Amino acid sequence: MPSVFTPYEVFARWAVERVFGLDPATRLGSSLEFFFYDVPKVLTLLVAVSFVVGTLQTWLQPEAVRRILGGRRLFFGNIAAALIGIFTPFCSCSAVPLFIGFLKGGVPLGVTFSYLISAPMVNEVAVALLWGLFGWKTALTYIGFGVALAIAGGVVIGLLKLEKWVEPFVWEVPAGAGELESMPLRARLREGWRSTREIIGKVWPYIVGGIAAGAFIHGYVPADLVMRWAGPDNPFAVPVAVILGVPLYANIAGVLPITEALAGKGMPLGTVLAFTMAVTALSAPEMIILRNVLRPPLLAVFIGVMTAGIIAVGYLFNFVL
Amino acid sequence: MKIQILGSGCARCNQLRENAEAAARELGLQYEIEKITDFREIARMGALVTPALAVDGKLKLVGKVAGPEEIKPLLEAS
Repeated sequence: MPSVFTPYEVFARWAVERVFGLDPATRLGSSLEFFFYDVPKVLTLLVAVSFVVGTLQTWLQPEAVRRILGGRRLFFGNIAAALIGIFTPFCSCSAVPLFIGFLKGGVPLGVTFSYLISAPMVNEVAVALLWGLFGWKTALTYIGFGVALAIAGGVVIGLLKLEKWVEPFVWEVPAGAGELESMPLRARLREGWRSTREIIGKVWPYIVGGIAAGAFIHGYVPADLVMRWAGPDNPFAVPVAVILGVPLYANIAGVLPITEALAGKGMPLGTVLAFTMAVTALSAPEMIILRNVLRPPLLAVFIGVMTAGIIAVGYLFNFVL
Repeated sequence: MKIQILGSGCARCNQLRENAEAAARELGLQYEIEKITDFREIARMGALVTPALAVDGKLKLVGKVAGPEEIKPLLEAS
């Protein structure tokens, strides 16, 4: 059936047969076809998604987000924060100033957490990769579960009233307010293009390397090996995937193509989703940075709520849906 | 003038510093560079995301690595 991605299939087939003179049915041929199909497709999608998000985010600069979320109540505030998080990029290096700025700007703690969960988890790199490698339905499912988890996590932290476990200095910093810049549309599009170039420049080696590794698995690793370790019959596959995902921060681009190859050999999709969420939302460097503003009990609650939530998403998807 | 780079010493902050210095040199400005890495200070100055650029304590640019051409008018206006 022809689709938007048909040209990529034709290109991959042409590369394998004509350029390398190989039969796509051989191991090497099928690995190469996998590689030459996925690399251009994923890079194209990443350019498209990054450009759209990069342009939209010019309307949702952190200063604007702070004003939108300031003084919001539980639930509605959390929903707004989680949805806004879809369209805003996030660097763990900014987690602390953002956290302080939001709290000082009157954003409730639970609402701030919904944003802090959603923004890094639902990011353009993860979404573009899931779309390219697993299809748009999986990408949308990921966004849906990510937003739900961000709302739930923030509401739980809000209801527990854990403000006492925020490092006291946070409340004492006299936080200045930034200004909102107004931009013409051309400037916004230019901004979108700039952030696209920045993202591609940073992640393309991971994507190419990850797809190369995935291509190797695709051609050479036997399916029963994957089924035994990560298949639906292993009840611990989800928590193990989550634990493995935590130290892999920023390498989602390199890791997802490998999981695609594993999924092709029988690893269930819920395990893939849980793993992706663990990599993006529970990164070790971000936890270390957040320790600057969160006292250990609050950090532990945050990590505990997220871990439980992500594992629940994985099980829900594998065994219920 | 004092050009201040706000951020925790990440690669993007260093790039922003290089671009800001290039802009200042091309304009022939007298300047000194100050790196602000303490996040309390960053929050106090009103930056929610890093890297950010300030001139003499006033925030000019937040959350992006602007090129020298984009930084020039910001420095000229100060």
